[in-house]
Amino acid sequence: METVSAQKRKTTASEPSPSLPLYRSAPELEVSLDDFELYAIDRLRVLKAMSDGLSRGKKPDEIGALVTELWKEHMQHPNPSDVMNKDIISHFVLRLVYCRTEDLRKWFLSMETTLFRHRFRLESLEVQRMLMSEFKLPFKALSNSEFEAVKEKLGQVARSINQPLPTVDSTIFKVPFEEVPELVAGRRVYMLKGDAYVAMNQVASLVVTQFRSHLSKALVLTNRKWTSMIQEQEKDRLTPIVEALSSSYLGPDYSQPKEYAEISIKDIDRVANSSFPLCMRHLFDKLREEHHLKHGGRMQLGLFLKGVGLKLDDALAFWRVEFSKKVGTEKFDKEYSYNIRHNYGKEGKRTDYTPYSCQRIITSTPGVGDHHGCPYRHFSEENLRAALSKMGVSSRTADDVMDKVRHRHYQLACTLTFEAIHSCSCDAGINHPNQYFTESQKILQQRSQAAE
Amino acid sequence: MTDKGNNGVDEMQVDVYTHEQRKKGSIPEGFNADYLKLYYAKLFPHVEIFKWMSYGNDGKHPARDTSYFGRREFSFTLDNDVYLRFQSFNSAAELENSIKEKCPFKIDIGPVYSVDPAKRHAYAQAGDNVFKPVERELVFDIDMSDYDDVRYCCSGADVCLSCWPLMTIAIKVIDFTLREDFGFNHILWVYSGRRGVHCWVCDGRARRLNNEQRAAIADYFRVYKGNENSHRKVSLAGPAMHPFISRSYADVLKLFFEEKLLCGQELLSTEERFQMILDMIPDESISGQLQERWKASWRPSMSKEDINIVRWGQLKHILQSGKQKAPVLRRCVEEIVFTYTYPRLDMEVTKHMNHLLKAPFCVHPKTGRVCVPIDPEHCEDFDPTSVPSLAELLEELNMAGSSNADSGWEGTSLAKSVSFFKSSFLQPLLKSCKVEMESKYNDAKIQEMKNSMSW
Ligand code: SF4
Ligand SMILES: [Zn+2]
Repeated sequence: METVSAQKRKTTASEPSPSLPLYRSAPELEVSLDDFELYAIDRLRVLKAMSDGLSRGKKPDEIGALVTELWKEHMQHPNPSDVMNKDIISHFVLRLVYCRTEDLRKWFLSMETTLFRHRFRLESLEVQRMLMSEFKLPFKALSNSEFEAVKEKLGQVARSINQPLPTVDSTIFKVPFEEVPELVAGRRVYMLKGDAYVAMNQVASLVVTQFRSHLSKALVLTNRKWTSMIQEQEKDRLTPIVEALSSSYLGPDYSQPKEYAEISIKDIDRVANSSFPLCMRHLFDKLREEHHLKHGGRMQLGLFLKGVGLKLDDALAFWRVEFSKKVGTEKFDKEYSYNIRHNYGKEGKRTDYTPYSCQRIITSTPGVGDHHGCPYRHFSEENLRAALSKMGVSSRTADDVMDKVRHRHYQLACTLTFEAIHSCSCDAGINHPNQYFTESQKILQQRSQAAE
Repeated sequence: MTDKGNNGVDEMQVDVYTHEQRKKGSIPEGFNADYLKLYYAKLFPHVEIFKWMSYGNDGKHPARDTSYFGRREFSFTLDNDVYLRFQSFNSAAELENSIKEKCPFKIDIGPVYSVDPAKRHAYAQAGDNVFKPVERELVFDIDMSDYDDVRYCCSGADVCLSCWPLMTIAIKVIDFTLREDFGFNHILWVYSGRRGVHCWVCDGRARRLNNEQRAAIADYFRVYKGNENSHRKVSLAGPAMHPFISRSYADVLKLFFEEKLLCGQELLSTEERFQMILDMIPDESISGQLQERWKASWRPSMSKEDINIVRWGQLKHILQSGKQKAPVLRRCVEEIVFTYTYPRLDMEVTKHMNHLLKAPFCVHPKTGRVCVPIDPEHCEDFDPTSVPSLAELLEELNMAGSSNADSGWEGTSLAKSVSFFKSSFLQPLLKSCKVEMESKYNDAKIQEMKNSMSW
């Protein structure tokens, strides 16, 4: 049987070894080409199911449970001593698969990081400490006297986030705030002079940041190696497998309009009325009403319209008509058109030009004066009810919708609305505003054909 | 009725002013390309801006980065609304000449890129991501028009002395937190020329933050949860407030609310206004009770005390009295104060490295006022209505006359601003840049020694 081997990885047998590898270097393991592929597919199953869960707007603890379940289902091995190997090999194979474009890297990085975060949380405190030291984080725990000096503030933070009060025995790390952005963002740490005070039960965030940045750099390196040598050297063995694996990637891509595509400006009001999900309808109405949208709204609606099939020239014309009523044509051409062209990849770097998914919209945080976001999540009950009734949703259905909203199932709420408006079921559920649009158009076209 | 009175006074003052002006044989208020040309020729502190943007890399230190200033993006908005992005300059003279020649109505400052932004196309072919921002001050942009739902004196682009305290609050809260919580030292506050303020955090550590870290800082400051589509604007739920939140409340917000805004904006004087506040109380029996009382009590009160203060006292009493067990109710007073005072940031500006921000000392084309620095330690004293305007400055320049033609801003009312910029911001900044450079140099030397011995 043909085998593949890579470099060395040390393991010391005597220590209580964590079941969570850090994937710091490629393993020296003999593995058959079949396993090479099978392991990778199993891991991919885990990552994809996670990705689906995230895009359905699942909360962190739900994702945690999902991860545990998925891991059990796909990542076991009949031979216990091979469990770890499977974990490591599959990770490194997928690195090859997902190193090759910015988008692939981004997806892989975020899924592996999420996976790591949840697995890290499941480890015992002792193992967590060990993993931390493996990363060689240069952070020391507070001494008793240091602790006393900030005790009161630490207690205040702990109470503000419903955490147990720290005591002298608690381990608290003082780290540069740059290392724990997510804790800073949520005001989950006490901050003093540029240092964040991180409790032991929060170090996941710290380690995850490290994990993420290591992996991010590694992926770029892998990409370089891949294009400079591996791809050619392995063109008869690994390359075909890697390529096959990568095409089984992600769900549908809405950045390019699909079969029902190409709408023109004159149709836009009609389709907005019939087939836009509430988030886009709201932006659309606000734009017509105020002739202006702030950045977040322009992005959310603009990329959606691109996905719907509005051509660049039409998009420019569409936005210009509205904005010029408020800011004048010149200002529009000067300050806003760049942005729109950029979304279509005509100017600047083409970084983020795919239409936003529901997950992204739901987790966005619109501020004062913003109209983007997901109405199911971001509207008050009263405003949401009004918006629903404007869409023609009966008050009985609206009750059902509100019920979903209260349980924070925003996409299900949106799905119910879809079903009510189109009076037919939508089993797949709504995951993406462009999917909402496409499904809606499909149904309407079938109906109009049937009517002919 | 107070409005009318004010107008009368304004007109009078304007009259007097023009009269005086005529006496001096002088320059009418306004803004135009000719004024601006003179301003850039005589007054604009080119050298200081260059020094700042060089961060010590223009000196002689062996660890300096000679390409640093040249990789900074400037962008100019010209008279005819032409917008020039990705301008870059290799020296103070180049910058100064270009400004004088193009006479931009607005100068924006962008990030320092990995390569000279003017040559970005040449690198674009070379492969992915060569051209990207690598350094950028951490910036904040606060705009009075975002406060329109909590001020009654003016709206949109207008500001006056009774709403300006909102900006003072923003400066105080943000400045102190950046220093105390984040440990930053080199912070520049600038009047945006019309209706807001900008903040530039220039510490090396701040300039090197990535987008995720910038977003984290922006979110640290976020207390507004919803937008106009949801009722509750500020939510301070939870059994306690984070130290930053409670400190901001106790040290700044509460004081300004009770001493400036409550009466200055007459927040509880009319039914429409007090209803907005009552709507924020989650218990309808309480808000109903207050509403009834306030609706009934509209007789020119027996006490001389201001009606706003009286009502606020009643509201606080009822919500904070021992009887109220529910924490949501006790927290409600704070939530009201936050809603009416807490800084409203334009988050996007802070979150992204490559956002452009108007340079200090530009002149606002609509008001003709100079974007002068604001001293955060004395920001209460800052008066946007008395910021030097282009016409005034040129007038002063005329008065100083031909006696010493090259004195520039010295002797004009811009002098105070420029010397504040130099002594309170630029000098300490450059000093710390030098220290940073020195230690970088020493580290590199040590590393070199190690390398040379490691063969
Ligand atoms: S669930 Fe998705 S499609 Fe529906 S409104 Fe929210 S973001 Fe839009
Ligand atoms: Zn005002």
